[in-house]
Amino acid sequence: METFLASIVSVAFHGSALGMILYVISVGLSVTMGLMGFVNLAHGVFAMAGGYILTTAISRFGVPFPLALVLAFVFVAAGSVLLERFLYSRLYAASDLEQVLFTIGLIFIAVAVARFIYGTLQHPVVLPEYLKGQFPLLGRDFPTYRVFIIVFSAAMVALLWFGVERTRWGAMVRAAVDNRAMAQSVGINTKRLFTLTFALGSGLAGLGGGLGAEIIAIQPTYPFENLVYFLVVVAVGGLGSLRGPFVAALLIGIADTACKYWLPQYGAFPIYVATIGILLWRPAGLFGRHA
Amino acid sequence: MSAHAGGYSADPRIRPVEWLPWIVAIAAFFALPEYLSLGARILIFILYALSLDLIVGYAGIITLGHSAYFGLGAYVAGILAAKVGVTDPMVQLAAAAAAGAFLGLTTGAIILRTKALTLLMLTLAITSVLLEIANKATNLTGGADGLSGVVVAPILSLFKFDLFGKTAYVYCLIVLFLGWWFVRRLIYSPFGTSLTGVRENSLRMHAVGAPVYWRLVLVYTISATIAGVAGGLITQTNQFVGLNVLSFESAGELLVMLILGGVGRIYGAFVGPVVFLIAQDLLAKQFPEYWYFGIGVMLVLVVMFARGGILGILDRILARLRRTA
Repeated sequence: METFLASIVSVAFHGSALGMILYVISVGLSVTMGLMGFVNLAHGVFAMAGGYILTTAISRFGVPFPLALVLAFVFVAAGSVLLERFLYSRLYAASDLEQVLFTIGLIFIAVAVARFIYGTLQHPVVLPEYLKGQFPLLGRDFPTYRVFIIVFSAAMVALLWFGVERTRWGAMVRAAVDNRAMAQSVGINTKRLFTLTFALGSGLAGLGGGLGAEIIAIQPTYPFENLVYFLVVVAVGGLGSLRGPFVAALLIGIADTACKYWLPQYGAFPIYVATIGILLWRPAGLFGRHA
Repeated sequence: MSAHAGGYSADPRIRPVEWLPWIVAIAAFFALPEYLSLGARILIFILYALSLDLIVGYAGIITLGHSAYFGLGAYVAGILAAKVGVTDPMVQLAAAAAAGAFLGLTTGAIILRTKALTLLMLTLAITSVLLEIANKATNLTGGADGLSGVVVAPILSLFKFDLFGKTAYVYCLIVLFLGWWFVRRLIYSPFGTSLTGVRENSLRMHAVGAPVYWRLVLVYTISATIAGVAGGLITQTNQFVGLNVLSFESAGELLVMLILGGVGRIYGAFVGPVVFLIAQDLLAKQFPEYWYFGIGVMLVLVVMFARGGILGILDRILARLRRTA
């Protein structure tokens, strides 16, 4: 009984860590798709870039871990502004097919560039001493770094929710998601709003990629291999919502960990089947408003 | 996507230029005997791209999971040949087609009730499920090692698959010709026109009383059947099935081929695989990084500047020549 309880606690804990990472990475995707209706399959590229920036900053330049996290966020956000202004913004009015193709093209480019610079091997994260080891909590030991991931992500999530629910910028974003034409006609500069929001979402993806580099391995095929996970979070959670993807990310994180723990012979099979089931039951996602 | 072959206004008779691909294919058989195995691969991918064009180009269904039907066809033919002992190529191909049709009908009936991101996601999830099954059911599929020992008997007990790929090439060419003939007939039929209508304005098609959902399910099933046949062919010519037939990358590459050639115009599905696979044969092995980089840049450029692909560019050049002449 005790071992069973221990395994449940362990699955819930590791699952939450994975879910938090998935949420931090995917929340920007939910907003991008909700706000502009842009099908951005290349979102994983930002997460991969964040991961590479973090590992390179630490292992090659000796940057301390917290600063490396900040760098991952800043560089990815800045890079995404350039991409958004020069490329994405030209395709807002394009068909879904063209957006899909364009972003698949970006993935191919990113995979090639990553392979060219870093080779095909995984890039491990070098953690600082204070994040290694075990953390005692309620008579059990948990890996310190995972505890840090959960706490840090929770803080980010709280900050993000506060920003969206309580600030002027958040009110403008919500207005634009609800009705873009109306928001524009009452004087909100939706173009600038979108660039900003896109940068924030991409920066968060970069942060999530760096933070989760230990859980979701950083390698050149990252954007392809994890695309399904990011999309599942957004599709199951519901477009343009903040809470939906949060619940979805935790569900997926915990379910995935549980499957790997108890049913390793089935791989990710149960996750995909559950996704199909949920999407058929609620095509707009668990918390989506548009059918 | 305005320019496309088909519709009531178009003349359904085969224009002389439409024989060109077949003349080239036959000429290649005699002129390039050392490239016949690549040639057979190209022919198979043309058939596969043609099936994708039917749903993406004509019906406007965006899918990232078309490799599900291709891969299922490949594995059904492979398992029949390697595990069950059914070596007749016609039976294998029929089974691959039936499997594709069955999966296309069952999944299509479910997923075509949704649209946009949800639809995209569902196509991706279905392929992922199949990939996971193929990966884990190792005693049936060989898992990550692939399925080897695929035995294919002579076609009609007469034509043996030879080392140089002559039989395979002719065999694939004949199947492709039948597939092309069928797809072409379909597109020029009232059914094909109604698909274009759904793509352009599905609300209006509902309003004129067209059974939109059933039309989509039907075309999806047909497309899946053809993809299943293409999958069966790839197994028979390679005598091996690997997990990559089901991967997202392979579905992505197929989309690239179709876009490169031109979507929604039948012959885009011919031009794209020819250019893509020849370029891949020349470049991909020596320069894998540059190869993927090149595909990516090309996709971005096509979307930005050359909607309609190679054939779209040709159209515009011809139109300009005609105006100046």
